[in-house]
Parts: sequence; C-alpha cells; structure tokens
Amino acid sequence: MSVSQAIVVDKPPPLARGWQRARIVGYALVGIWILFGLGIVAYLVYAWNPEFFARYAPAYLQGLGTTLSLVSISMVLGAIFSLPVAYGRMSKNWILSGLAYCYVYFFRGTPLLVQTYLVYYGVGSFRPELEAAGLWWFFREAFYCGVFAFSLNTAAYQAEILRGAIESVPRGQWEGAASLGLHKLQTLRKVILPQAIIVALRPYGNELILMIKASAIVAIITVYDLMGNAKLAYAKSFDIQAYIWVAIVYLVMVEILRHGVEWIERRITVHLHR
Amino acid sequence: MPAQSIWTLLSWGPDGWSDDIASGVLVTIVLALATLPIGLTIGFFVAFAKQHEEPSLRLAANIYTTVFRGLPELVTLFLFFFGMPLLLQYVVRLFNPNATIDVNSFIAGMIVLSLIFSSYASEVFLSAFRAIPKGQYEGGYAIGLAKWQTMRLIILPQLIRIAFPGLENCWLSLLKDTSLVSVVNLAETLRQSGVAARVTKHAFLFYSVAALIFLALAILSSIATGHILRHLVRRAVR
Repeated sequence: MSVSQAIVVDKPPPLARGWQRARIVGYALVGIWILFGLGIVAYLVYAWNPEFFARYAPAYLQGLGTTLSLVSISMVLGAIFSLPVAYGRMSKNWILSGLAYCYVYFFRGTPLLVQTYLVYYGVGSFRPELEAAGLWWFFREAFYCGVFAFSLNTAAYQAEILRGAIESVPRGQWEGAASLGLHKLQTLRKVILPQAIIVALRPYGNELILMIKASAIVAIITVYDLMGNAKLAYAKSFDIQAYIWVAIVYLVMVEILRHGVEWIERRITVHLHR
Repeated sequence: MPAQSIWTLLSWGPDGWSDDIASGVLVTIVLALATLPIGLTIGFFVAFAKQHEEPSLRLAANIYTTVFRGLPELVTLFLFFFGMPLLLQYVVRLFNPNATIDVNSFIAGMIVLSLIFSSYASEVFLSAFRAIPKGQYEGGYAIGLAKWQTMRLIILPQLIRIAFPGLENCWLSLLKDTSLVSVVNLAETLRQSGVAARVTKHAFLFYSVAALIFLALAILSSIATGHILRHLVRRAVR
C-alpha cells in the first residue's frame, strides 16, 4: 500500500510552467498568422475589382506561360551544358578542372541579376560586332538574353549537383562494374546514375524551385513574364493587389513543386525503406 | 564627347566612376552587415520554435519559412516596398489624418533581406539543433542550470559550431541578394555601375566591374569565414 502511494507521490507534476508559456506564445503567433491571412483575404474581397481582373487576368496567364517556358528551356539547356562542366570538375587534367572551377565559381559567386544585365545590356552594347557575326537577332530579344544568362547560371549549379551525386557513389561500385567487364559509359549509365539520381533528386528539385523564384528578375530587363505583367499592372493601376495576386501564384507554384519532389523521392526510395 | 579611355572611366575623381562605385560597394556591405544580426536572431528563434514540443509554435514557424522561402525575393521586396507605406499610412491616419509615409529603400531592403535570410538560416539552425544529443540538455538540467542558461551556456556554443558552414552559404546568398535592392533605387554597387553604364555607354565594362566586385566580396568573406571557423574549431578542441 505504502509502496504504491510512494509511486503516486513521486510522479512529476503534469504541467510545467514553461510549457504553458510556450503554448501561449505559440497560439498568439498562429493567431497573428490567421489574422494576417484573413486580412489579405478581406483586402482582396474588399478591393475586388471585376474590371482589374478582366483586364489583367489573361495577361497574368500569358506571363505564367512565359515564366514556365523560360524556366523549362533554361533548365534543359543548363542540364546539357552542365555535363561538360561536371566532367571538367572531376577531370584529373588540371587545366580542364581549373577552367571548370573558375566557371562554377564565377556563376555561383555573382548575383544572377548582374549576370543578366551583363548579357542583356553588356553584350547587347556590341551591336555592330554582333550584327556582323549574325547574332544580333538573338541578343536583341530580352527573352533570349534571359534564357542565355539563366542557362549559364543553372549549368554551374547543376554541374555541382551532378558532381556531388556521382562522387557520393562509392568507388567500389566503379571497380565492381569494371571487374564485370562493363566499360565506363555502361558503368555510368547502368550502375552509377541510378544510385546518383537518388542523391541528386532533392538538389535538382531545389534548383528548379530557385530558378522559378529567380525567373522573376527577368521582369527587370523588360520580359513580360508573370512578374513583368504584375509590374505593368501595378504601374497602370497603382493597385497593390497586382503584387498580392502574383505572390499567391508563385507561392502555389513553389509549394506544388516542393510536394511533388517529396512524392517522387518517396517513390524512388521505396526499396530503401524496410 | 571625346572618346575616353577605359582607364579614365575607371579612375577616381570627377572624370572616373570608381568613387561612385566605391560608395555603392560601401552601401552593399553596410546593408549586408546590418541584415546579418537581425536575420540570425530571427532565424535562431524560428528554428527554436520549429523543434519545440509545442505544436502551435512549430506550425507558426513552419508557415513563416514556407511563405518567405516560397516567394521570389523580388516579389517580397516589391510587396514590402509598395505595400508597407499603404499599410502604415492606413494605421497612422487613424491618429493623424494628414500624415504621409515614405519607406526608405534601405530599410525596406533590410527588412526583406532579414526575412529571407532568417528563413534560410532557420533551416540551418534546425539541422544543427537536431545534431545536438538530448543528453546535453539533460546534463545541463542535472547540474541545476535553468532552461535559458542551458541554452546559452551549453547548447548555443555547440550550435554555432555545427551551423557555421551552413550559415556561411546563407551569408553568401545574402550578399548576392543585396543586388536586388538596386531595383527599388538604392544606390548600391549594381545601381551605381548601372548609372555609370548608362551615362558612358560602356555597359559591358561597368557590369563586369560590378560582377568582379561581387566576386571579390565573396572571396573576401570566404577568407574571413575560414579564419572564424579555425578559431571556433580551436576553441572546441581546448
């Protein structure tokens, strides 16, 4: 009897004071977020303007198309160009690896906005030379300049992702494949890449999300992407909902992608879970 | 206008643009350094909330990072730069009907960069929190330290050491993101180089200068962080 009583007495008190304070703060913060969200919804309802919507919604849709094509073209071109860069980074030849290192360092160390300006305004200032070379049609268009700068930029990041993923596969995998008589390309395709993809998927997903977010800066070099149309709508109407709508679209896009990448990652690592 | 050599253009003084660009570099550095402590503090508290046992705190912190990591930096900047005066004006006019509010682009940039930096830094801090074993907290409580003392004296020194490499990356992207504030007319490196490019029509030269300056800042900060990291490691060994 006394033993069971002692056990009852020795139990720690069920509620600590700190927990209570944390809960108050947490509820208050969540409350602020709810108020903030309701405030934005209330503002959008209050400022609902059918004319604004009818006028700019098609432009936003078109801008969304421009953003998506810019990002997808740049991602694909960057992926292609990242192959030689990643090869150079892993090469034992010091000239090749030095060149690739400088390329990657430059594009990762300078802001994408500067790179975009450098292509659009900087290269564009050599108009006579470009016309002589027959390249002016390319550098005249802000969209192409954006694609050019973005492809070079993402190639540097993707090369590092690729290199990291390939180097994460243990050496023994290469040796094992070699002892089975596979040559290098076969080894890469059948043994190394399937394992590297698992490592690389999340960084690639993050890079895609970063590109979508970064693509907003082409609005500054007069491309009418999603952000460019929002800027135009704001300049014409001085209505802040131009930016609120565009923020919602970007947020939804990024969240869909993020959850999509997580879903794919769960699917391709099924064999690793016990 | 006589054709000027690029050395004249790059000289210091009334004919050259180096002094103007140098003032821009100063603004860039001050902006980044002013953002850093605010962003680190917010980031730490957001990470603290994310690993707390209280679900409502976790939810609030997760909403914070979802929003500020999901929005493009430029959209956040424009929302604050154009939206904040409207909001402030609405609030202030409740008390003083004639007030007008203008937002300084430096302050707007600082707030936006702090929000973005802190949401990325919070992820770094969070993984550092998870790397610290529970026994460290228990040890702190066992020798009679209060919760905040345990945090300050035992957890925080280890946390900084673990989080440091990740925070270095956050700092480098902060340094690059400062260039975005040039869009709302803050006279920083890129803005000043852009002015020089437009006036002199030597766009390639001046944007290359801007790129090289950012590259130099990145190299300088990796030298500095290398020193700090060595210092932290030495302290850990002792």
